[in-house]
Amino acid sequence: MYLHNRLESKSNFFQKIKDIDFILLAGILLLGIISISTMYSTDGGQVLFHTKSHFVKFILFTGLMLLISFLNIRFWFSISYIAYFIIILMLIWTVNFGITASGSQRWINLYFINLQPSELMKIFIILCLAKYFHRKRLENVNSFYSIIFSMIIILLPMSLVIIQPDLGTSILISISGILVLWFSGLNHKYFFYSFLISILSLPFIISFLKPYQKLRVLTFLNPDRDPLGAGYQIIQSKIAVGSGGLFGKGFLQGTQSYLEFLPEKHTDFIFTLFSEEFGFLGSVILLLLYAIIIYRVIKIGSISRSYFAKLFCYSFGGSLFVFITINMSMVLGLLPIVGSPLPIMSYGGSSMLATMIGFGIVMSAKIHSKQAIA
Amino acid sequence: MINQSDNVLKLNSINRRMFILAAAKVILLGGIVSRLFFLQVKENKKYLTLSDKNRIREWKLPPVRGHFEDYFGNTIAGNFEAYELHLIPEEIENFKYTINRVRNILQLSENQFQKILKKKDQIKPWENLIVSNNLTWENFSKINNNLYDLNGVKPVISVSRNYPFKENYTHVLGYVSQANEQDIISNEIIKEKFVQGLKVGKIGLEKTFENDLIGTNSIERYEVNAYGRRISQLEFQKGDKGKTIKLTIDTEIQKLTNELLAEKAGSICVMDIFTGHVIAMHSSPSFDPNKFVFGINTDDWQLIRNDPMKPLVNKSLSGNYSPGSTIKPIVALSALENKIINANFRVNCKGHKEPLELYGQTYHCWKKEGHGIVDMREAMKQSCDTYFYEVARRLGVDKLSETAKKFGLGKKVFEDLFEIEKSGLVPSTSWKKNVLGINWVLGETIITGIGQGYIQTTPIQLCLMTAQIANGGHKIIPKLIVDSKTDDEDKFSPIVEDAKNMKLVQDAMFSSTNEVRGTSYKSRIDDPKYQFAGKTGTAQVKRITKQDRELDLDTSEIPYEERDHALYIAFGPYKNPRYAVSIVIEHGGSGGAVAAPLAKQLFKKIIDRHEIRKNFESNKYLNI
Repeated sequence: MYLHNRLESKSNFFQKIKDIDFILLAGILLLGIISISTMYSTDGGQVLFHTKSHFVKFILFTGLMLLISFLNIRFWFSISYIAYFIIILMLIWTVNFGITASGSQRWINLYFINLQPSELMKIFIILCLAKYFHRKRLENVNSFYSIIFSMIIILLPMSLVIIQPDLGTSILISISGILVLWFSGLNHKYFFYSFLISILSLPFIISFLKPYQKLRVLTFLNPDRDPLGAGYQIIQSKIAVGSGGLFGKGFLQGTQSYLEFLPEKHTDFIFTLFSEEFGFLGSVILLLLYAIIIYRVIKIGSISRSYFAKLFCYSFGGSLFVFITINMSMVLGLLPIVGSPLPIMSYGGSSMLATMIGFGIVMSAKIHSKQAIA
Repeated sequence: MINQSDNVLKLNSINRRMFILAAAKVILLGGIVSRLFFLQVKENKKYLTLSDKNRIREWKLPPVRGHFEDYFGNTIAGNFEAYELHLIPEEIENFKYTINRVRNILQLSENQFQKILKKKDQIKPWENLIVSNNLTWENFSKINNNLYDLNGVKPVISVSRNYPFKENYTHVLGYVSQANEQDIISNEIIKEKFVQGLKVGKIGLEKTFENDLIGTNSIERYEVNAYGRRISQLEFQKGDKGKTIKLTIDTEIQKLTNELLAEKAGSICVMDIFTGHVIAMHSSPSFDPNKFVFGINTDDWQLIRNDPMKPLVNKSLSGNYSPGSTIKPIVALSALENKIINANFRVNCKGHKEPLELYGQTYHCWKKEGHGIVDMREAMKQSCDTYFYEVARRLGVDKLSETAKKFGLGKKVFEDLFEIEKSGLVPSTSWKKNVLGINWVLGETIITGIGQGYIQTTPIQLCLMTAQIANGGHKIIPKLIVDSKTDDEDKFSPIVEDAKNMKLVQDAMFSSTNEVRGTSYKSRIDDPKYQFAGKTGTAQVKRITKQDRELDLDTSEIPYEERDHALYIAFGPYKNPRYAVSIVIEHGGSGGAVAAPLAKQLFKKIIDRHEIRKNFESNKYLNI
């Protein structure tokens, strides 16, 4: 059996390469190039730490993505629960022994890399729930037992991340999970009611927020209440984007970022810098690139034979869209500031690793699209 | 395990939901794009402005102050290059070492040193720390020689005020010094142009013409980063130098007045009797205004402040003096004008034996032996008090005050040009009733006739009065600034009814200086080119008691504060008058002995300079 598999995989190797989704790959590579050039701009037009590090990570993780794509989609199906469990353990480890930076304990020191397990959880929660619902019959999806089970799957990592504290990532994890629930056919009314309940309980939730989080909400509602303090980031971000105009100030010419008016320009506010330098047209092109990538991810889902692969691709595509939307809304002043990176563009290894693993699984689904999972 | 129909159902469900979500995604994407459009295209201008506001910062540099020039275009208040020393703390590797090196080179005192250290803590590390704003050339070159191991030390050449004629112009120009809070609050223009180290006029014309002199700031525009550090210079906008203001004063004569008044307290004013140009105006003692530019040190300040001769008082403008006998030409003119007397009116002066007596008060003539029977000319020549007691008694104070006011007494000569100018006082019956609430008594009229009592004049008023007597009784408007606009309407209009009366008074004044027994006969000049006519005055500062009269002490035997003020007014050349002079020497003694001799020296100079002034004026017009 083992030998047979080996022979089969060997003979199929070239076939697999042929089956790679080149549009998606090209999109990802293009996005990588854009992100590296933007990082070069944040370094003030020099190849400094951030550019180098981002470049190395992108190359490394693209290789990893290709490697993953050659693994059979069944492999990912089989390890879904274990992977989820391992990351839960990592989150527990983080809570106890994690590295603290700027007031929150988010990272595990793996000696060669500081890993942020909460970022990985954004992907692996999809994997875990996709497997669960793959096995469920449609009429059992709305059963009490499966709802409770999926609630636990979502709430456990959420609470582990919230106590780091990292509200932004925990919301994104829950959104990833909820998207799987949506695609798996959970009754509309549950989404409707829970949405209603969360809106109604918003004031109650706000009263439980930490002071700095409350401040963010207040600042979002009126950035000018403290323009040099809490409102500074969002005001400067809007100035940068707005001053970019139709065509932008030009590559390496963004005064807002060059003169250090933009905080967090490497990470969450990377889009601000991009938008300042490339203007409305550049921003729309970037959005278009993201849209193409997401479209390809969904397209791969639609041609996959297995329900697991379909569920994963749809949910991953959906969550990518949500990550992008939340990040952009935040820097454009449409949402309060929560820590949420822009996939691939933002500096940060764990986020990129998670996104690339996601793409890898999607590509694996493409290559093994004819594969049915029992 | 999973049957086929369930699978189909599941696929239908997931695809349906996929479409619902895709629709939602399109809507959200549209939202993001429209937000981008709103910020980047619609509101672009607003954010572009905000972005420029962020990154561009302006630095104002001190404006270059306008000059003052004398009539001949010599700079009397100018600018000089001041050597400054700045430190930029962030460029200095070892601040302690550098500051100590600088301290040793400049020989700074402990006090100065501590002040610098304190200043350093108040500024940002990339801002300039001003160690000194007026280094000597010697220290400046020493610093330059040691620059090789003084990183972050910057010798800077800047512009500062300089008064080349030192004390000569202090009371006219005033001086500049560092702007303080009061200056900034009270003057909008100073507020607008203020930069650290800006010097503004504190007194005198420097203050009056502040807004013209100050100039406009040069502006440096820099691109700065979020922390305010300068990244690059974008623009340098050169400011305009302040306006140059030209005075009517002749420096040569001004310098002479200063020399004549050396060691004395008093004032000399010289005026052109036709144009009203002030040729010289000096108050003594004076002080060096350059000392105030960088802040005067305490010792010098105490010296000036505690000087009994009061150098800080501008005696020409704010010294109120009894005019003494210098009022007599006006008394005589007023009486002639009002037809109270004619030139032949005579009074018998019997001296101290038989003084004028009114309601139990006695009024003595200054001359113990008396003058005998005198007419107006003789009385003026010998300055007979008894004659003028009688004329004043007949004239009445109200008519006298009317004439005096016509000749410029009792009101400010330069209107609002000087804050410190006093208006003097010409008393009248209604004035006394209104201000003091008491009725006028005749005795007061009597002493007003010899310029004592309530009447108060400033030296510049006496000068203006003399000028108007000299020009035949025409109104002139005194000018200190060339080209300053004045109402030409009543310019040079006659202020006497009968020119003959004016002639009589002028002739009487001529006799006083140029004829034997005249009070200033000793100071006369016989050469008709320089010949002048004048009137002495000796103003009592305290009432002369019977005892004093019997003692008859010499001036030098009386305490300084109780000595009489010596006054002298004159005009010349007599044949063809052009200039009027007033001289006041505080506590100098007799006008004839102390003040009049100065006029002799003064007129020589004034007349000599007249040719030059006239030629300068005509050349000026030729050049145009």
